[in-house]
Amino acid sequence: MKARVHVMLKNGVLDPQGEAVRHALGAMGFDKVEGVRQGKVIDLDLAEGTTEADVTEMCEKLLANTVIESYSIEMV
Amino acid sequence: MKAAVVVFPGSNCDRDLAVAFEQAGFDVSMVWHKDSTLPADVDIVGVPGGFSYGDYLRCGAIAAQSPICQAVVDHANRGGYAIGICNGFQILTETGILPGALLRNAGLKYICRTVDLKVETSSSVFTEGYSAGDVIGIPIAHHDGNYFADDKTVAALQDQDRIAFTYVDNPNGSVADIAGILSENRRVLGMMPHPERAADEGHGGTDGTAVFRALAGMVTTA
Repeated sequence: MKARVHVMLKNGVLDPQGEAVRHALGAMGFDKVEGVRQGKVIDLDLAEGTTEADVTEMCEKLLANTVIESYSIEMV
Repeated sequence: MKAAVVVFPGSNCDRDLAVAFEQAGFDVSMVWHKDSTLPADVDIVGVPGGFSYGDYLRCGAIAAQSPICQAVVDHANRGGYAIGICNGFQILTETGILPGALLRNAGLKYICRTVDLKVETSSSVFTEGYSAGDVIGIPIAHHDGNYFADDKTVAALQDQDRIAFTYVDNPNGSVADIAGILSENRRVLGMMPHPERAADEGHGGTDGTAVFRALAGMVTTA
């Protein structure tokens, strides 16, 4: 089984990389882009029986820094 | 007086920090990240700068989970002294010993130059060699030095006089110009600038020496 974890900077935390991407898109003529937030996707290969609660614990302890980041988990 | 400097794969300021401690009169031992205990009777732990674990995932995130860091957390929790510089500051925030987090520099560039810092408080073993309001020149060398904490945390740091240093001309976007902060018991300092790189005439400046000199004789074993 697999899980996919999305980690994003929380709203209100400046994302200078996303902002740089937005600027670049604007400079290329994509003038409808009003904001860009850049995050991470982490794919986990998991042994059978691993629960979403286990993945939540991994997120809380390591995969995300909840001071600045939020996360979401997809069990697939 | 005994100091321990933690060494991670990717640390690159560990020996500079050891020399700064030695010049201040400390016996220094280097501690490997896989060790699970600190040497007996350690008065202060130094967490050095560098790029532990290649900055993978987030700066300091993986180092914070290493066996030695649990020992550092225990040391801090029982009232022990510690200083985290640059990557060491990032690691101390990731362990939760210090609040907040370090984000990518607002300008997205790695910055390596000497900057002016304002000493915000002389009320700690790290800063009592300065006077509040002193401006000192200390090198920075970081890509992720943009200190962030929520409004409530920043207000608490301000109210409790726990901001040790601020940037005179903020180079990286840090909230409230914060360059270094103290723990609630004032025994742990985290800072992005490198006082150990301004601790010898050969460095081109000695404004950082006072941090280590003030420590000598002040710290007590926890």
